[in-house]
Order: sequence, then C-alpha cells, then structure tokens
Amino acid sequence: MQYLKNVVTLKLDQHKCKGCTMCTNVCPHEVFSMIDKKAIINKKDLCMECGACEMNCPEGAIKVRSGVGCAAGIINGIFRGTEASCDCSISKSDCC
Amino acid sequence: MIPQLDIQNLRPATYFVPSVSTTLGLKDYMGAIKVRWGFGRNNYKVKPGLYKVGKPKSESDVFVSANYKLSFDSLRKNLANIDAWLLVIDTKGVNVWCSAGKKTFSAKNIVKSIKETSLEGIVKHRKIILPQLSAPGVAAPEVKEQSGFRVIYGPVRAKDIKPFIDAGYKATPQMRKVTFPLGERAKLIPVDLMYGKYKLLIALALVFLISGLDRTGFLFSKMISTSSFPISNVLGGYLAGIVITPLMLPYIPFRTFSLKGATMGILLTIVLMQIFKVTNLEIVGMGFISIAISSFVAMNFTGSSTYTSLSGVLKEMKWAVPFQISFVVIGIVLFIVSKLI
Repeated sequence: MQYLKNVVTLKLDQHKCKGCTMCTNVCPHEVFSMIDKKAIINKKDLCMECGACEMNCPEGAIKVRSGVGCAAGIINGIFRGTEASCDCSISKSDCC
Repeated sequence: MIPQLDIQNLRPATYFVPSVSTTLGLKDYMGAIKVRWGFGRNNYKVKPGLYKVGKPKSESDVFVSANYKLSFDSLRKNLANIDAWLLVIDTKGVNVWCSAGKKTFSAKNIVKSIKETSLEGIVKHRKIILPQLSAPGVAAPEVKEQSGFRVIYGPVRAKDIKPFIDAGYKATPQMRKVTFPLGERAKLIPVDLMYGKYKLLIALALVFLISGLDRTGFLFSKMISTSSFPISNVLGGYLAGIVITPLMLPYIPFRTFSLKGATMGILLTIVLMQIFKVTNLEIVGMGFISIAISSFVAMNFTGSSTYTSLSGVLKEMKWAVPFQISFVVIGIVLFIVSKLI
C-alpha cells in the first residue's frame, strides 16, 4: 500500500551524516538505505512523516515536517485553532 | 582504597517491585474486547513504574512500555520464559505509537521514570530496550545524555522480541517494518464505527424527517412508508466508508482514502437502486449523500492507517472536503425536491 506521490517533506543533509544507521533502525517504512557508510533517502514516497528519524539523528542531518497524517486530527486542529492532533483528551472518547 | 558501594542495599527497604505474569487471563481478553469497541478506552491504564517478569537480576534486560494496558499486555505476553524488567512510563494511558506522536512517550518522561524507580541501582548495565514505534517521540541521544542509559530500539511488534534477543539485539528489516494486514485493519474498525455514532444518528433523523415532506405539507404516514431507502443510504454510506473500505483497502483503486470511500459509496448506490423502487431523482439525491458520507468517513481512516503522511492528508483534504460538502448539499436539495414533485 502506498499513499500519495511527491508530497513528503523529508530532507537529508548527507554532508552531516556520519553513518550511525539510526535512521534505518527507527524508520517503519524502510525509507533510508546505507550506501558507502552514508544514509540515503531511498523510498521517499513511503515516508509517513512520523519524525522518528529526525528525532533520533545525532547529527541533526534530517529534517521533516512531522505530524499526524489523520484527517480527523486536522479537522480538530482547524476547529480549535491548534496544530493537527488526534487529541485523546480525557473528556473525549476518540483517539488516533 | 575506596570501598565498593553495594547500591542494591542502599535502596529503601520499602521499595518493592511488583511481578507480572506473562500469560493473559480472561479479564485481560475481555478488557481488550471492551476497549476495542471504545468503552472505557481512555481509562485502560497500568500504574507507571517498574515491574518484574520472571526472576530478573541486575544484568537482565529492561523493556520500556507505555501505560496503556493493551500495550503492556502485548509486551508481557511475549516475554514468556524471559527474566526481565519492565519500565512502564506514564503516557496517560495512550498506546506506544500515538503517545510518541503526542510526545508523552519522550526522552523527558523516560529519564523521569528511570530516576523515580532508581533503575541505576537495580541494574548494572546501562541500556534500555524501547519499542521501535516509540522513536517519533524519543530522542535517544537525550536519554543517554540525561540518564546514562543507551537506547536500543527493539522490533515494531512485541512478538518479535525473542528472535530479536536471540539475534544479539538485532532486528531484521522485516521486524523494523510496519505493515497493515487485514487482521489489523479489522481490529481498528469497531472504535471508528462507534466514534461517529451521534453524528450518524443525527443524519438518520434528518433524512427520516425529510422523507415525510410532501406537496401538501408533511405526511407522517409518508415518512414511515418511504424512509427505508434514505435510511439504508445513510447507514450504508457510513458502513461502506468505515467497515468495507478499511477491509478492502488495498484492492480499491485510487491512493486517496476519500476516493476509495467514494468508490464504495458508488457501489452501494448501485446495489440499493436494484433493491428499492424509488424515483430516479431520489436515487441520485441519496446517491450523492451516501457517496459523500462514505468518502468522508473513509478519509478519517487515514488516522488509523499506518502509512499516510500529514502532507499527503492535507493535500487530499484540500479538494476532498469541498467535494464532500457540495455532494451533501446537492444531495439534500435533490432529495427534498424529489419529495415535493
């Protein structure tokens, strides 16, 4: 299963990469590969922008606009004037 | 010479680490069914803290988990015959992946739990094993810096923990990958089904009332006798979007969820027009409505799916929401007109 093409905001600065392979460990969709001890973005369209790679890259080489890919969350955000979030606050019985 | 401190004995005598079983009981299974249907889902929690599985020693592994009971249960169930420590952090009763997205499964919370449970005095080693799906919330370098513990990301699924340990704490590419098979899609349906129940009831009431409209005003008997078609459409549209679309997800053409849902809505319209004998205008009007409903609720399944991105959903919604709203408006107008002519 694959979602929309050419929309993902994932960026990798290869000059900063030191080849620790952390991004390949945390990515749930095998977006990264290692070539010559450096990470490359291999399957960009499979990225779901969860932000795990950016969060765990010790060199700060990865940037991605992360957030919930969730229509209900985006609608919630619009109504509350906040960021998109499928907020499971105690008063509501919904969650992502 | 500096005397060796036995940290184990420095712990307060009252400090007690509860043991948990690796087999789930009837109560656990019943609880799981209940929350899968949305009942008490926001309060299905485990008390945060340290737990024992088997007879862990100071060199045993530490597994970190969220305090949603389903997460905790799936972890302990897969630790049979393993002696380990479970560090349950306070994610407000939310599962691993969602709490990582909300940043409650975070470096800050993990470090806090490590301090609160005096983990450094309980284990000799300095590594903790996290579920891979907590990674969107946890900055591993920060955990190391602030607590001295090195983060090892385990597999996505708890059932792979044993092979992961046996392979020397190495996950295969398969263990690292999130999939979305039929069984997992099916598990998510009940919660989504219950989620929109009030909005569904309002929509059903609305088409039920409109069914009674007539040139001469409002006829109660007409409402009773002709409402089965619009009710089947609204209910059917809801089920097409929230049950059928998730089940058939990979087999329905189109990448956007709103078009997948709309496709199922069209199929529903075709089925219903074979069953009911109503005017063409009413078929078209209710068709617009059921397609819009199916499209909208299917679009909301992006939040349950495991592969949609924020950028993609935003792009999809930009055209899908206007299309859904206009379909509903056109549908209601046509439906009312069909009642008046």
